[in-house]
Amino acid sequence: MAKRTFKNYLFILPALLLFAVFSIYPFIKIFQLSVYRWDGIMPTMKFVGIFNFKDIIFHNPIWWRSMWQAAYITLIALTLQNALALVLALICDRGIKFGNGYRVIFFIPPVLSGIVVGLIWNWIYNGNYGLLNHWLAQLSKWTHISYFSNLERAWLADPRTALTSVAIINMWKGFGWGFLVLLAGLQSIPRQLYEAAKVDGANAWQSFWRITVPLMIPTFGIVSIMTILGAMQIYDIIVSTTGGGPAYHTEVPITRILAAMRGNLQFGYACAMGLVFGAILLSVSLIIIKLSRKLNPLAG
Amino acid sequence: MRILNCKTQGLKSQITNHKFQTNSNDRNSNDRNKKSVCNLVLGAWGLFVIWCLVLGILLVACSPKVKAPREKQLTIWHWMTDRQDAFEELARRYEEKKGVKVKFELYAPSDAYRQKVMAAAQSNTLPDIYGILGGKRFFASFVKSGYVADLTAAMKANKAEWESRFFPKALKINEFSKDNEFGVKPGIYAVPLDVMNIQMVYNKSLFKKAGLDPESPPERWEEFIAAAKKIKGKTGIGGLVSGWGEIWMIDCLANNYAFNIMGEEKVMATIKGEVPYTDPAWVRVLDLFKEMSEQGVLVEGIVTMVNKSAEQMFANERAAFAFNGSWCVNVYQGMNPELDYGVMLPPRVSSQNPMVIWGGAGSSFMVNARSQQKEKAIEFLNWLTQKEQQVFLSSQTNNLPANKKSLSDISVVLRQFADDMDNTTHPNIWSVSEYPLVTETFDKGIQSIIINEKTPLEVAKEVQRVKEREMKKSRE
Repeated sequence: MAKRTFKNYLFILPALLLFAVFSIYPFIKIFQLSVYRWDGIMPTMKFVGIFNFKDIIFHNPIWWRSMWQAAYITLIALTLQNALALVLALICDRGIKFGNGYRVIFFIPPVLSGIVVGLIWNWIYNGNYGLLNHWLAQLSKWTHISYFSNLERAWLADPRTALTSVAIINMWKGFGWGFLVLLAGLQSIPRQLYEAAKVDGANAWQSFWRITVPLMIPTFGIVSIMTILGAMQIYDIIVSTTGGGPAYHTEVPITRILAAMRGNLQFGYACAMGLVFGAILLSVSLIIIKLSRKLNPLAG
Repeated sequence: MRILNCKTQGLKSQITNHKFQTNSNDRNSNDRNKKSVCNLVLGAWGLFVIWCLVLGILLVACSPKVKAPREKQLTIWHWMTDRQDAFEELARRYEEKKGVKVKFELYAPSDAYRQKVMAAAQSNTLPDIYGILGGKRFFASFVKSGYVADLTAAMKANKAEWESRFFPKALKINEFSKDNEFGVKPGIYAVPLDVMNIQMVYNKSLFKKAGLDPESPPERWEEFIAAAKKIKGKTGIGGLVSGWGEIWMIDCLANNYAFNIMGEEKVMATIKGEVPYTDPAWVRVLDLFKEMSEQGVLVEGIVTMVNKSAEQMFANERAAFAFNGSWCVNVYQGMNPELDYGVMLPPRVSSQNPMVIWGGAGSSFMVNARSQQKEKAIEFLNWLTQKEQQVFLSSQTNNLPANKKSLSDISVVLRQFADDMDNTTHPNIWSVSEYPLVTETFDKGIQSIIINEKTPLEVAKEVQRVKEREMKKSRE
């Protein structure tokens, strides 16, 4: 028995060693650094205990603002982005013509670099020669409705539209992932269930509501977690469009962590920010897992 | 009975035979299992060892060899994408002349470079020569940690021949004075490669179109506002463009006006905490941005614009003025060689104090104090800053040379920038430095003023609040 256990440990040891070096050690190091005041260069650090955490939680309104802004982007991703992904997945699941072609097209935005996507949208949103303003002007000209031309603005520099504009870019970039996962989920539902429902006289809406939705709950859970983790950690799109501005209007947790680390030379503080952020993300993910297990009709 | 016994025995023997066969099969299968387990374990460990070896080889291949340098090779790290070709050419010439191989390693963008240098400092793998991107506090941390060699003796040797080559302002950025607030031993710690200053440039063609004299740009604030409005009225083209999405550029212009409105002494007193940011002079500085925004002088979207986009706008004649550094000469040359523009100091608000602009060393190189080739590295930097090499670098990259004697061979626009080197200042040469968080609040506050979200007084109060908190924190 002991020999067998030893053998088992021997098996996992290489992976464990790698995991320890590249995951556990940095994780412990972040915990260690978070209780120090350190600029990232000096060999000496000053122990400050839980001061960094206290300061982040109670005295850093910009941090919490960045958190809410990331939550807003996430909310748009969770609702609009995933609704769009679901609609497109449902259409493709019906075996429409060129279904595979659509799959490829929908998956192009997610595989593009966030920086490239940001630059493309920068051009669309530009206040001086942007495509969006151009079309609004054209629309106004064709319809003789001044409302459209009144909408023209520097979309990313206007505090009223900057965050939503960024959220839309994130949505455009991210819906392809949701589409693929949801499509895979839809295709795993046995067709007989729909046929039986049809025989029983169920209409399309009833089939969707009584068969598709309950059986898709585990998939919805996975997509939700992926969306939350992805949208809350948005960074590249922000950097390539607004840089967190105007003022603090598009700051998100990752830009604040980097600002603390690089701009303000507060390595320890940035590590503490990372831990607080990680704890929040972990809690949200656990809640969603619990919720999707509870709602899943096939579980337990 | 016997028959039964025989039968039973036969059955027994059959069972025994079967058992024996089964046992023997089990043993065989166990042996096979054992063998396959052994093979699997061996395979897994083999893979692990191979992985470690590959990783080790990669790490060794990628890490700079500071501790075991290749004979006669100097390694230099930098972030200047526009200068790599010129550097390589200079390295080739140096090897030809002195027989010392020099390898310039480019790491871009600058953010990635900064991370690399920090990581290398933490792991003690810095190259022989490198540059530091950051403020004076950042620089001081490197010096205090023993990563930067003191070059004072080399600079002062031969009646300070090396030191006397440079613009004094350029050298000052690389110097720690007596009683500096960082506690660094006084001395010169880096070699300026080129110099820069940040001013305004204006489009002469647009001036002509608007009926303004292209040879006399506005000198006073009111003239500037009037000129920008006139150009916009006549040509429909926006006034001032700059990369104010990068907040340090806002900080730069705000500081120019702080020096002009209240003088250096009061600015320094504010940083020391003796004058609050709510002082009317500071509110006046902030008010200038409100005025520019309200008068429609700023191009749309300026608060989130990166400087590269701002440069593109000015080069494409979509803005009449740009607030930019002397490096723009090279950038505009690449974007629009036909662009007709001139250089001007930011227009004065007050006549009581001179208009001071940010400037000094553009990029500098430090020598790794722990390098085994320290002397060779210093010798190379000395050679690199001699007139011939400086003229070559300037001609290839359109940057202002750090060597004063090289100025005779530069372009007209560059000379206009160079003429104002005496009016320069920089946070890195001030005796005190502001808390980064205060600077961030100040600059972001200006963005809020421009987008009409906050008043100058509200921003001033907010900055003062952060300043008091930071001062309290540092006292604890």
